Amino acid sequence: MIEDFPMQQIINEDGEIVDADALNDISTEKVKSFYYKMLCARMLDKKCVNLQRQGKIGTYVPYEGQEAAQIGSAVALEEGDWIFPTYRDHAATLTFGHSMRNLLLNWRGRPEGNVPPEGVNIFPPGIPIASQLLHATGAAWAEKKHGSDRVSLVYFGDGATSEGDFHEALNFGSVFNIPTIFFNQNNGYAISVPMERQMKTKTIAQKGLAYDMDCLRIDGNDVLAVFAATKASVDRARANQGPTLIEAVTWRYGAHTTADDASKYRDQNESETRRETTDPLLRVQRYLQTQNTWNEDWLKTIEEEITDEIETAIAEMEAYPEPDLRQLFDYVYDRPTWTIQEQVNQHLAVQGEE
Amino acid sequence: MATSNFISAVTQALKEEMERDDGVFVLGEDVGAKGGVFRATEGLYEQFGELRVLDTPLAESAIAGVGIGAAMYGLRPVAEMQFADFMLPAVNQIISEAAKIRYRSNNDWDVPITVRAPYGGGIHGALYHSQSLEALFASTPGLKVVIPSTPYDVKGLLKAAIRDPDPVLFFEHKKAYRLIKGEVPEEDYTVPIGTADVKREGEDVTVMTYGLCVHFALEAAEKLEAEGISTHVLDLRTVYPLDHAAVVEAARHTGKILLVTEDNKEGSVLNEAAATIAENCLFDLDAPVERLAAPDVPAMPYASPLEKHYMMNTEKVEKAIRELAEF
Repeated sequence: MIEDFPMQQIINEDGEIVDADALNDISTEKVKSFYYKMLCARMLDKKCVNLQRQGKIGTYVPYEGQEAAQIGSAVALEEGDWIFPTYRDHAATLTFGHSMRNLLLNWRGRPEGNVPPEGVNIFPPGIPIASQLLHATGAAWAEKKHGSDRVSLVYFGDGATSEGDFHEALNFGSVFNIPTIFFNQNNGYAISVPMERQMKTKTIAQKGLAYDMDCLRIDGNDVLAVFAATKASVDRARANQGPTLIEAVTWRYGAHTTADDASKYRDQNESETRRETTDPLLRVQRYLQTQNTWNEDWLKTIEEEITDEIETAIAEMEAYPEPDLRQLFDYVYDRPTWTIQEQVNQHLAVQGEE
Repeated sequence: MATSNFISAVTQALKEEMERDDGVFVLGEDVGAKGGVFRATEGLYEQFGELRVLDTPLAESAIAGVGIGAAMYGLRPVAEMQFADFMLPAVNQIISEAAKIRYRSNNDWDVPITVRAPYGGGIHGALYHSQSLEALFASTPGLKVVIPSTPYDVKGLLKAAIRDPDPVLFFEHKKAYRLIKGEVPEEDYTVPIGTADVKREGEDVTVMTYGLCVHFALEAAEKLEAEGISTHVLDLRTVYPLDHAAVVEAARHTGKILLVTEDNKEGSVLNEAAATIAENCLFDLDAPVERLAAPDVPAMPYASPLEKHYMMNTEKVEKAIRELAEF
């Protein structure tokens, strides 16, 4: 079965062109913009790990290594489309228009951080695993019912494919020909459990066959392949040709979260080797070098630009007022029920006595 | 005013709300051409078409989850769970997602979904077509749990649920569907969620209950009237969040309180009423608060004599009221 789902690439690990036709549609400027976004995401991710160690944000979920999968896919969408991320997909949400300050606020424990800019359809990160696939299906069904051509894209990991909601969503999506892109990032591990213990199939893409759904497997570290495949799937969905299951094969360098130690369950040398081989940023750099369009000065310039952006966002996060106790009771319901109002009164009275 | 049975009031509310608002749609198993296994959605498929009366695959988590997605888009889904018993696969979607989306998005997203489900026994439905699940959801802030007793309340509360900007679970006693009849105005009206209702005024004993059991209490009260026992009946109507003010008022009114549910005794939603009375009415009580409930066993038995014994009925309520009156 794995032979039926070859890992699609446009450029390989060495930056060499594998699919010249596909590359024709992607300008060098576009490639450089991908690199910029991936570098920004990586620098932010590294910074967030440090912020967690300093106690400035809570338990953090790093995505380093998965930048291509997230950014290539998010770029393929248009304004008005919907994305449903997990807790590891802030490179995607950032790319789709979420503000860096709000992203940081979320990791500081603030629900304000889950609010995207007006008109940007980013659902708050899904935590319970696979439940968001059904929301993406429902939102896209509603778009379709409304007669619009907007689509939804939902992120989930390899472990999520074992959940019932994954199968219910794929089935629902295919029965009603719903414009949803089911975008799987297969990073090899669900916390500590490797793929071969999660499923017997050698690919995740093939699970789409059971739902008579377009399904494909791509090199999730090749941002160009991710972009092209997602764009094609999005175009099909917009043209009312139904959902697609995409398996983007990738790797997380770090642990599951800052509360996890990956060396307990896998050989971390693998991550170090991969930094030199399959890394999503390095291969774009190598590609641009082969095209003689790589420039160290450019790199330095954008690094400075990104550093400024990140530092500004962190300063904004730190300057954000601490939560008022009253906020604990905000937005349980549209209008507070008497139970909520009574608690507000009680808790504020307690606070007043202190 | 027209007389309607309980289930016709459900259909009427759905029909009127779908006519009023294009965003209202129904989804569930067999709700389309068949009109629902209990016929609650009868005629809606013909009137509104398959996009607004959506027959879904047999997957309750999908019914809830897809409904949540559509609600976030801005529609007003009314999801039908064929039996409350089969809501359990959807609990993650209801408790972890629907109830928390407004809160965790700082009011940026909301989920105005209504989830309807037939509950309760007495129809020989056995273990898996008779359960009462309200207690499972009645400790989840973000949800509202409504259980009407009369056709009038069904129409008014279901309309209120559909218009409510937050997720509402709406449990309908399946034995009440064709057994309970009452007057239902043809005009548009709502009944506020979160308010209990005095269904009968009385002076000696207060019965607090909800759903089908309200009728057992009213019948018992009628019989006891002849013996000179006057019974006050409070229909809770919304079991979460509970109308504490009405509970306290009705408890103080007689000082003798009987709490009645078809659910298991331990952990039932009535325990919240009991705790509220304990907190607020110590010096108003003339007898210990009494609970009348189903046995604490896993489910409704299949064998008829056992089901009959398990079920709440007028005689059990009557006996308990009499004992309290004589206390």
